[in-house]
Amino acid sequence: MKAIVTVIGKDRVGIIADVCAILAANGVNVLDISQTVMQDYFTMIMMVDTSQCRVRFNELSDMLAAEGEKTALTIRIQRSDIFEAMHRI
Amino acid sequence: MISRNEIIQTIEMIDQQHLDIRTITMGISLLDCADTDMRSCCGKIYDKITRLAADLVKTGEDIEAEFGIPIVNKRISVTPISLVAAGCAGGDYADIARTLDKAAAETGVNFIGGFSALVHKDFTNSDRRLIDAIPEALASTNLVCSSVNVATTRSGINMDAVRLMGEKVKKAAELTADSGGMACAKLVVFANAVEDNPFMAGAFHGVGEAECVINVGVSGPGVVHHALKACRGEPFDVVAETIKKTAFKVTRMGELVAREASKRLNVPFGVVDLSLAPTPAVGDSVADILEEMGLESVGTHGTTAALALLNDAVKKGGVMASSSVGGLSGAFIPVSEDAGMIAGAERGSLVLDKLEAMTCVCSVGLDMIAVPGDTPAETIAAIIADEAAIGVVNNKTTAVRIISAPRKKVGERVDFGGLLGSAPVMPVHKFSSAEFIGRGGRIPAPLHSLRN
Repeated sequence: MKAIVTVIGKDRVGIIADVCAILAANGVNVLDISQTVMQDYFTMIMMVDTSQCRVRFNELSDMLAAEGEKTALTIRIQRSDIFEAMHRI
Repeated sequence: MISRNEIIQTIEMIDQQHLDIRTITMGISLLDCADTDMRSCCGKIYDKITRLAADLVKTGEDIEAEFGIPIVNKRISVTPISLVAAGCAGGDYADIARTLDKAAAETGVNFIGGFSALVHKDFTNSDRRLIDAIPEALASTNLVCSSVNVATTRSGINMDAVRLMGEKVKKAAELTADSGGMACAKLVVFANAVEDNPFMAGAFHGVGEAECVINVGVSGPGVVHHALKACRGEPFDVVAETIKKTAFKVTRMGELVAREASKRLNVPFGVVDLSLAPTPAVGDSVADILEEMGLESVGTHGTTAALALLNDAVKKGGVMASSSVGGLSGAFIPVSEDAGMIAGAERGSLVLDKLEAMTCVCSVGLDMIAVPGDTPAETIAAIIADEAAIGVVNNKTTAVRIISAPRKKVGERVDFGGLLGSAPVMPVHKFSSAEFIGRGGRIPAPLHSLRN
């Protein structure tokens, strides 16, 4: 199952490394990644494959959100279907 | 792949513009729970609801987590209880309401609707018993919602039922005076009620429906408001197009969630109700949309036209986005649940008469309106009659959910908390309608009801 991870917040060193570490530790493969920094505001979007994920989706989502909270980042993981449903016919 | 902008747009809609799925409502037929013994009937009702809806809340929460879209309410609607209980030889219908309450609490849903009767032409004995039990039923339960359909375009307006409902609204308010007349917030009087509405307090599971079904109500006034900010000063063609596009996107999301819930619960998907349902949160207001179109304060001249455009564009955009659109679909205008409407009422720009005009073009009717506690039952009945007439003549659903605010006067407020919000007490006409309501009988169906 494909999902989209988004990380939004103030830029700092090692954001991608921290997020990827959590994903890797849980068996989630990163398929695509893009990021921009605008006025110190960091936005990263990753497409990931969660089919081999070793924990429940909710748990992974909580883990990422908790990691974000430590450093005032908003980290979300959402199934990609929601974006496709909304923007593609 | 989905573009960065599209992803960010969706996240902003959810995060900053209050986009949510307002409700996943499971409709459950209770027709097979009929019994001559009321206790046995209650037992069957409890068992059936708790069995079919056992996983409803958990499934809603799972979908919420996976898709990252809030699902604000999980609810149940059931067959109108006046039909289910008609065979019970004795007993108090309020006991059935308490059974529904217990079943709803057990499943963890926010509300259960269907303590209802359909009396648009006349009453059965069971209908009368149910209506008599409504105040007590609502006062002694937390989660039960009640509705009564008093009129249809096909049959006209049952004015005896209208009079009775005026009295029941008063009684319900008296019995819950300590909570500001809370029971009235759970009671809707309909004309042309629909059978697949997922929204409370008016949801019930019609007899033309399946054994069990999933209906989903989407929302998103904040999203529409945000989209309109980008077209300030543009002509109305642009406004309508913008609303349509936004409604399309919102409804696509509702359709996705509805299908997913239906699949996981192994229950057929019924309809997506594409209503703009406001909440008391700032930025989640239908009034804000109307003001964004260029009105200084909601309720001023032009409001009805603005609402007509909004209601129509929401439907046009949404209907293409779902395979099955139903329910009430359009724009709701509850006063207490909409920060902009509350402000308009307090500024004096939004009055009851204007709200009545607005209900000619919105999706439902006079909703969550507080009137002074000393308003006579006949005046409330006459407000219901006016609203029913609008529905009957215009072939649309109308409803009245009115709170006769105990011990409150014009200018004061009643607080219900949560999504029900707080209602400013609005003035009603002081001239009597008692003789009019006292006539009873039926207002005949309009000529255009004869369409065969």
